[in-house]
Amino acid sequence: MDLFRSLMLVLPEEVLSLSGLALLLVAAWGGDKASRLISILCVAALAGAAFMVAPALCSGAAGAGTEAFGGQYRADAFAAFAKLLIYGAAGVTLIVAPAFFDRVKAMRAEFPLLVLFAALGMGLMVSATDLLTLYIGLELNSLSAYVLASFLRSDERSAEAGLKYFVLGALASGILLFGMSLVYGFTGTTSFTGIRAVLTGEIGTGALFGVIFMLCGLAFKISAAPFHMWTPDVYEGAPTPVTAFFAPAREVAALCLTMRVALDAFGAQVGAWQQIVIFAALLSIVIGALGAIGQANIKRLLAYSSINNVGFMLIGLAAATPKGASAMLVYLAIYVAMSVAAFVAVLLLRDAEGASVEAIGDLAGLSRTRPWLALSLAAVMFSLAGIPPLFGFWGKFLVFQAAVEAHLVALAAIGIAASVIGAFYYIKIVKIMYFDDAVDRVKGAGDWAHTAILALATLAISPLGYLLTRWLGGLADSAAAALFLAA
Amino acid sequence: MLLVPLAGAIACLMAGAPTARWIALAATLIDLALGVVLWANYDIGGAQWQFTERANLFAGMQWALGIDGIALLLIILSVFLMPICIGASWKSIETRVGEYMAAFLLMETLMIGVFSAQDLFLFYIFFEAGLIPMYLIIGVWGGAERIYASYKFFLYTLLGSVLMLIAMFWMANEAGNTSIPVLMAYDFPPQAQTWLWLAFFASFAVKMPMWPVHTWLPDAHVQAPTAGSVILAGVLLKMGGYGFIRFSLPMFPEASAQFAWLIFALSMIAVVVTSLIALAQHDMKKLIAYSSVAHMGIVTIGLFAFNRQGLEGAMIVMLSHGLVSGALFLSVGVIYDRLHTREIDRYGGLAINMPKYALFFMLFTMASVGLPGTSGFVGEFLALAGIYQLSSWVTAVCTTGIILGAAYMLYLYRRVIFGVQKNADAAAMPDLDAREWAMMVPLALAVLWMGVYPESFLAPMRADIGALDARLAQARPEGDAKIKVAAAKPAAAAHGEAR
Repeated sequence: MDLFRSLMLVLPEEVLSLSGLALLLVAAWGGDKASRLISILCVAALAGAAFMVAPALCSGAAGAGTEAFGGQYRADAFAAFAKLLIYGAAGVTLIVAPAFFDRVKAMRAEFPLLVLFAALGMGLMVSATDLLTLYIGLELNSLSAYVLASFLRSDERSAEAGLKYFVLGALASGILLFGMSLVYGFTGTTSFTGIRAVLTGEIGTGALFGVIFMLCGLAFKISAAPFHMWTPDVYEGAPTPVTAFFAPAREVAALCLTMRVALDAFGAQVGAWQQIVIFAALLSIVIGALGAIGQANIKRLLAYSSINNVGFMLIGLAAATPKGASAMLVYLAIYVAMSVAAFVAVLLLRDAEGASVEAIGDLAGLSRTRPWLALSLAAVMFSLAGIPPLFGFWGKFLVFQAAVEAHLVALAAIGIAASVIGAFYYIKIVKIMYFDDAVDRVKGAGDWAHTAILALATLAISPLGYLLTRWLGGLADSAAAALFLAA
Repeated sequence: MLLVPLAGAIACLMAGAPTARWIALAATLIDLALGVVLWANYDIGGAQWQFTERANLFAGMQWALGIDGIALLLIILSVFLMPICIGASWKSIETRVGEYMAAFLLMETLMIGVFSAQDLFLFYIFFEAGLIPMYLIIGVWGGAERIYASYKFFLYTLLGSVLMLIAMFWMANEAGNTSIPVLMAYDFPPQAQTWLWLAFFASFAVKMPMWPVHTWLPDAHVQAPTAGSVILAGVLLKMGGYGFIRFSLPMFPEASAQFAWLIFALSMIAVVVTSLIALAQHDMKKLIAYSSVAHMGIVTIGLFAFNRQGLEGAMIVMLSHGLVSGALFLSVGVIYDRLHTREIDRYGGLAINMPKYALFFMLFTMASVGLPGTSGFVGEFLALAGIYQLSSWVTAVCTTGIILGAAYMLYLYRRVIFGVQKNADAAAMPDLDAREWAMMVPLALAVLWMGVYPESFLAPMRADIGALDARLAQARPEGDAKIKVAAAKPAAAAHGEAR
């Protein structure tokens, strides 16, 4: 009976993996001609899985009732919150990708499937409550992501991005594994609950090393400084729809995983990791802000912006309170909307021949040639900079509020002051689009799917987003509460 | 009131150039009418906070609006200047009219929001959001150096206000409430007040602007289009003063008393130094911009005089400055539209071919100088009378600044309006047309009204100033002799004396 109950709990994952395997067969028989059909079915599978996780979030599921397979996996409200964001981002990618790949004549049936498997891996990551589940989810996601990054085989930049991502990602996985082995060695268990129970009081040097190595490996996965170097290259080199997928989704999965590891498994040892997280947060904010200033490619710029944003989210983690975790989740949700809007807008930037326009200089005067697109991008930029009344401000607001309430006033002060540096390059983009003379490179018109997604995401980050704060905050609170159950 | 300009802004974005102008004008006029209704219905003797509305729309903060007499007057000022701004940009803005008008209407919404917000964070959102449209207005429709100016404007003010945000978090955490009326009566521990005061000071001093963080203002003013300058001088600078009245003074009275010497020092420098700088300017807008900094110095001195005259005087200076400097920028705009230069030397002898213009310009110059019978006099007199009770030599320095003010304004007037007509193109300029009349006359009437019968402006805010005065009674800065001592002593000792 226990097995049956467990199988019911992992239903969303089963749906995704079974439909993925079935569609793999379709791809094998139908070839690339079936790619559009597979895309649609993948979106349907994601939507189905999303429907299955939604009840867990709405009812605020938490505690022992959500554990499956003897505590290896947990389908609680926290996981559900993260999964909904991941499935949403994956769905958007699948909708916008075909147009892009058709243009470069590289649409292959495997693409939607890889996205599907990556989303499955991410779902496992956020539900993992055992080191082994964690690693399986992480690798399933990473392996799909490596392939996705180099999906344009004939494009040198894409191949380079895939290779870089793979080599560095493998290194990070190695570091993570080493840390996990140390933790296992010193605690004698792989389950988060067990680790938490053992790691109380004074922490031994060996276990401390394990904690630090694990956090380093995870910092790579969330692209927090000083482990951020791969991010700009991969963001730039990978095909834009792929970047649009793993900018938001990977961030959600990896950050939620980090949250669970830090707050659940190492929840009794906040002192051991808090300083590392504070350090990584501040460094990410500063490096993200300074690094972006000199960028000429909009995808690289967005990569630095994601590093910058991860820094702000880590401030919420450093607070190590339910309020901080809830703030992070809200921030993540807003970040997904901003990031989707940004990359869909980038996808719409095309010149007369349909080739992508990525140089920031070519955006000059966009507000005259494509006023609505420019308005959306400007909203995204001001929102990423956290200027009220755009919704991006709300994420930063909550995170800083949590930090101040956790008596990390100095951290909040430095973080907020550093956000002004970031504001500089965001408003630079706005300046180029609005103040400079038009170069009129951007020609191509978008289809309705792109436009609709962009419009929706822009509306979500517009001041109208504030009307969602109560609802979103309530969901995030219940999700964060699920995380802090053991405390 | 908030919704009308917002709806207008969206409509303007959709509409073509000529329609957008009319929509904007209609929206601002409707808002002006609403403002008048608001004023008429404001019950002077009644509750402190009126027209309040409250809704739990958001998590963590409230949609809470409401006004007292101080806010009422500033809102009236905003809605009064707005149609004039639209009129000022009627012809001078040729490109992207719809977006321009939308940005202006958005500004109006945000300004009214700032003055009526009753929640700490709601205030912050309105306060900060004003940056975006202003940044675009300067950057897109400004002069040659507009990009530099817009960056400077944006980053200066942003840096100032993020510090304020941290202080707000701390306050909300400490007091457990984000409602401004509640916080105004909350006693923060003295040690914390010092830090909070400094954080708020950073924001308001930049916005105000006080010396030495005023340098963004001349750049922004000079490069902004005429209407942008009017709004910047008329309303945005008032947000700084409003902030001091609404936050720094009532929420941290002890820290305010403790730092009064700092305010006095900076304001005195501002009044004298910027007046001297103004005297040497060749650019008309820059001159008026520096005069703004000097006037704001008088405002801060009046505010921190900690007595009724000082506070009332500061308020009247703010209102009067909003009208007068707005009018002066308009006057500059009128001749700039004709000749497209702001160089003082290119003009001269305008009294001959533009007599009506010269008349208006003179009225506003006199008001700026503070001639009795104009609005400038009332405010400056009250503010100086307030500070005189505290320190005679601060008053003396400020009065010197006012004399210098008369010097540079009259010098400007002489060079532009009188003298020989040395430039043929300047001599050929036509006098005011109907549209410009329609902008100048209301301003002139308001300036005279405020000068002759200030009671109608003093009455609504009297009760609120009284409440603030009572609140400040627990802490007052030292008089003449003690200021120097307090400056030298460590903060804690000065605090003890302030009690």
